Amino acid sequence: MDQVQDIISNDHALLSKFEEHVQAGEAVEPRDWMPEAYRKHLIRQISQHAHSEVIGMQPEGNWITRAPSLRAKQILLAKIQDEGGHGLYLYSAAETLGITRTEMIEQLHTGKAKYSNIFNYPSLTWADIGAIGWLVDGAAIVNQVSLQRTSYAPYSRAMVRICKEESFHQRQGYEIMAKMMKGTAEQREMAQDAMNRWWWPSLMMFGPHDSDSPHAADAFRWKIKRHTNDELRQKFIDKTVPQAELIGLTVPDPHLKWNDAKGGYDHGEINWEEFKQVINGNGPCNKQRLQHHKQVHDNGAWVREAAEAYKARTNNQSSN
Amino acid sequence: MAHNNQLDSWEVFMQARPGANYIHQGSVHASDRKMALQNARDTYSRRGEGTSIWVVPTNEIAASNPDDSDMFFDPANDKIYRLPTFYTMPEGAKQI
Repeated sequence: MDQVQDIISNDHALLSKFEEHVQAGEAVEPRDWMPEAYRKHLIRQISQHAHSEVIGMQPEGNWITRAPSLRAKQILLAKIQDEGGHGLYLYSAAETLGITRTEMIEQLHTGKAKYSNIFNYPSLTWADIGAIGWLVDGAAIVNQVSLQRTSYAPYSRAMVRICKEESFHQRQGYEIMAKMMKGTAEQREMAQDAMNRWWWPSLMMFGPHDSDSPHAADAFRWKIKRHTNDELRQKFIDKTVPQAELIGLTVPDPHLKWNDAKGGYDHGEINWEEFKQVINGNGPCNKQRLQHHKQVHDNGAWVREAAEAYKARTNNQSSN
Repeated sequence: MAHNNQLDSWEVFMQARPGANYIHQGSVHASDRKMALQNARDTYSRRGEGTSIWVVPTNEIAASNPDDSDMFFDPANDKIYRLPTFYTMPEGAKQI
């Protein structure tokens, strides 16, 4: 009985030391003691973030062979390669918490781990590539800039690296939109159509209102998160609306209005029913995205096996 | 748990320019040194961030224990005479 008491009070001491450390703004490294709930929260968040980067390659990959110029194709290839790289930084960060890459991929395939809802929407025209870079990467940047100061050091380091690379992504997207808005009536219509379809899902990327966000309290107490979903969403809207106006795009929200008192835009209500539907697997591309990931993963099995076989052979040779 | 079929983990250190320290960047998966170097280049130097890379198998790294860090680093704490500011220089002494 005393032993149990000792363990409980020891854990309690470790927890308050941990929280003090985090409250003081100090970083947590992989070998530091951390509460199980902190570890779990991070594994869920970082692996979801990693899966989003990798699944996010699909809607863009859809346009590589149909990019309108060699310049556009080279840029798109480089951008998609970056997204793969970002996935790798994040998988590495999650692995420091004691989960393997194999487990993470399994969780993605069984649906236990999620990825960002936004990638369940289709990329129908070339203007969608512009809208994805400008709006989707733009929203991701707002979130990721905030996460650069997250308490878990490997996650924070990955975010710093990712943020450095993302600004090219957003600019290439905005350039596509700007160029199309200077083009023919048909091109302008195409750009506006992409804007209409991607605007609301981009706002949903920040997640539910803070009052409906299930993991918010822990995330703030442990400084995993430093800004609320609504704060980040507001920041994105305020910086994006003038960019849309500058190139002649209309934001598809009749309630959007500058509010002088708060120094930001008021906006219409987000369709949370749609958000819920897409999270639960009923978006336009959920099945296709996961199916494609599984197929490519299975098709690559022989490469991993060959690499292992080569390693075994060279190891045997060097020990002889 | 499924068989871990994601190859071995390697830590990546990179030098940003000739003469600089090698700094830890993160890790990659690879089955041998050559693949580890190539993956490290593709993952951590897509924009000319490095001039040289080291890769080290993750399980070969020995790390100090954070719980012991007070004790471990203690010997340095009470030797302030190792710092130049400890010493009083005569008024007017220059270039020292």
